[in-house]
Amino acid sequence: MIPVALILLTSLLFPGIVVKVKALVSGRKGPGLLQPILDIIRLLRKGNVYSNTTSSIFQIGPTIYFATILFCMFFIPFGDTSGLISFHGDLLLFIYLLGLGKFFLILNALDAGSGFEGMGANREALYSMLVEPAFIILFGTFSMMAGYDSFYGIFAHWHLTSGSYFVLSLLAAYILIQIAMIENSRLPVDDPKTHLELTMVHEVIVLDNSGFDLGLMLLANAFKFGIFGALIANFILPEHQLLWIRALIFIGVIFLFAVIVGLMESFRARLKMEKNPQFILTLSSIAAIAFLVALIISNKLL
Amino acid sequence: MITPDQMGFVKIRNQETIALRNVPVLQYDQFYQSVSSLLLENENHCVNYYAYPIDGQLKFIACIANDKDSTIAVGSHEMPLHDRRELKSLSKEFFPMHIFEREIHENHNVNFTDHPWLKPVRYAYNRSDKSKVISTYPFYKIESQELHQVGVGPIHAGVIEPGHFRFTCNGENVLHLEIQLGWQHRGIEDLFLKKTSLIQRLVLTESIAGDTAIGHCLAFAGVMESLSDTKVNTRLELERSIGLELERIAMHVGDLGNMNIGTAYQLAASVFGTLRTPAINYTQTWCGNRFGKGLIRIGGSHYALTTELIDKLEKFLIKFEESFEPMCAHLFSLPSALMRFENIGKVSKKQMELIGAVGMTARMAGIERDVRLSHPFAGYKHFNITSDLLENGDVWARAYLRKLEIKNSIEYIRDLLARLKDFNEVIPKPKSENELSLAPDSFCLSLTEGWRGEICHCAITDREGKIIHYKIKDPSLHNWFALALSLRDLEISDFPINNKSYNLSYCGHDL
Repeated sequence: MIPVALILLTSLLFPGIVVKVKALVSGRKGPGLLQPILDIIRLLRKGNVYSNTTSSIFQIGPTIYFATILFCMFFIPFGDTSGLISFHGDLLLFIYLLGLGKFFLILNALDAGSGFEGMGANREALYSMLVEPAFIILFGTFSMMAGYDSFYGIFAHWHLTSGSYFVLSLLAAYILIQIAMIENSRLPVDDPKTHLELTMVHEVIVLDNSGFDLGLMLLANAFKFGIFGALIANFILPEHQLLWIRALIFIGVIFLFAVIVGLMESFRARLKMEKNPQFILTLSSIAAIAFLVALIISNKLL
Repeated sequence: MITPDQMGFVKIRNQETIALRNVPVLQYDQFYQSVSSLLLENENHCVNYYAYPIDGQLKFIACIANDKDSTIAVGSHEMPLHDRRELKSLSKEFFPMHIFEREIHENHNVNFTDHPWLKPVRYAYNRSDKSKVISTYPFYKIESQELHQVGVGPIHAGVIEPGHFRFTCNGENVLHLEIQLGWQHRGIEDLFLKKTSLIQRLVLTESIAGDTAIGHCLAFAGVMESLSDTKVNTRLELERSIGLELERIAMHVGDLGNMNIGTAYQLAASVFGTLRTPAINYTQTWCGNRFGKGLIRIGGSHYALTTELIDKLEKFLIKFEESFEPMCAHLFSLPSALMRFENIGKVSKKQMELIGAVGMTARMAGIERDVRLSHPFAGYKHFNITSDLLENGDVWARAYLRKLEIKNSIEYIRDLLARLKDFNEVIPKPKSENELSLAPDSFCLSLTEGWRGEICHCAITDREGKIIHYKIKDPSLHNWFALALSLRDLEISDFPINNKSYNLSYCGHDL
């Protein structure tokens, strides 16, 4: 229960921290830390508006998306304490649950029947497809190093004792941060702040969703960030420490991640749309390099 | 004595009034030939060509500016109102004329044969053929199973002004963009005749394009002062130029901010956004309105630049440069920003010549076209300016040209302020309506260079010196086509950055 509680807690503040960092960096005061989550609460208290052209897919899509993300949260361990659910190969289920959520998000967009949403769905599908190999190669590598194929197994046997583990953790943190940015449709592949349908990826998909459904989707996005933050935190979490110290480190890492996201979004422009696939594929290449390094370290090459 | 030259056209200077009888009336064949031979010269471009009904005749007036000798050739032709109205199109050979002929076609039901693109311009409420409505606009179609169309607008995503953009796409790539305007039509030119008091007309002028209030007002003032033979003193002329350059700085820096919102580069977006505020706030300190409404009045000014104001202006410029310079240096060397600017939405010099681009849209593609330089008005008569020219024709060129023009404008203002010291004349209060008696039966043309480009106002008076026809041309009328051309073979997601890089006026086009 500990990781789920911590992720829930940090997720609620995550969007607020990102917005605050971006505001402070550009010389504004910015809204309060709780503002994004208050907005979500406001949306959750509203009803939905459904267009006549939509079918039941449009109505269940957001709920399924939210459910898959919530489900994913249960897999995340807390150092050497396992998550709520843990079994052999659970990380594959984790990846495909994320995929399932995306799938319904895309169906939801296509169902709305708008010219823009089809365009956004098309882009989102391409990017999630391209980002998958990076994630699988990365966790495949760790699985090989640790000799276990579940999140709990990997993290329980991951010790930052030797230099090589440290380097691999750094690489993992980099790739996971970038994957999280892509999965959450942030810079440089997407711009969550744009109001221009033609340049949107994720934002345009939820253009026709309103009220409760939109609230669920925004909440799911916040949770997603929390989940990826928790994955990164697990690499760094020291063992044999008091529980509350570890909990603080866990929370600290996720908040640091939020600050990094805010900073990354402040000092660069987004990519040209056609460069996005190239950028995402680079992540897979970096993951492949991590895999080679792991092979060499563990003397499995040749 | 004004005599027509060998082309049969009469030459006047910017903001000069001539008697209507001195504007030669040619046969259409001869008119066609004269316009052709004029437009064949590189330094000539058409600044206005329009028609208006008078005494049972439809009178066409063409004004062709010569950028080298600062003259404007004016000629006309007539046809009976009830004639079967058909003319040979000039656009086929001289495409820059396309928009004028389309406008005449729409307003007066004149059929131009062989016109390559005879489409409605703005669906004016008093157009000749009311059966043509905005919902039946003849969009260019490409039939294919593989292509799809994306329609954007008329409601803008940022709820600014209305316009409809129809993209024909092959996947993410745009094959063709067609821009359909006219949603904002207010009938300004007609209101100009109905609202006869001076203050009403001034307010109307200020709302032709709200972000170019000073530019348009200067053009109107040029017309009124020329028609009423009102001389303004040099100090006022210099101060007017300062106002115009301030408007340029404020709008350009705001556009730079908007372009960076488009690329999601937050730092530059907020720095330029914050710089726009003190710029327009200074205009407010000066004349009480952030967009310079009320600053330009006929024959005088309510708001003379006092020493205190000059002092504030100098301080503002220094503070402005302090943030502007380093931010530009950073922006134009940041790879992620340059990637979104360079080679995006590229147009060629040839294309811009063909559509008759004006102002910065022309200058970013290598065409030297600047009214301040070629047909000096207001303070520009008293000092030399240099016009910056870029040749890339892409988003980068449009961003960088803004940077160069802002820097130049700052220098001009400093230069103008220095000159002000030599002219200590008292600036008179503006003339009231009764003090202005306009020349009867006259034609006057006034060109100014607003921040978007060439603004052209033409007025015609009747026997009693009343304005019976007023023609307004905003630079956007020409330049919208440039945006459509920029999108050719570009990703549809690059449309917003291109649109922001031009920042054309919807209401200026729709009138």
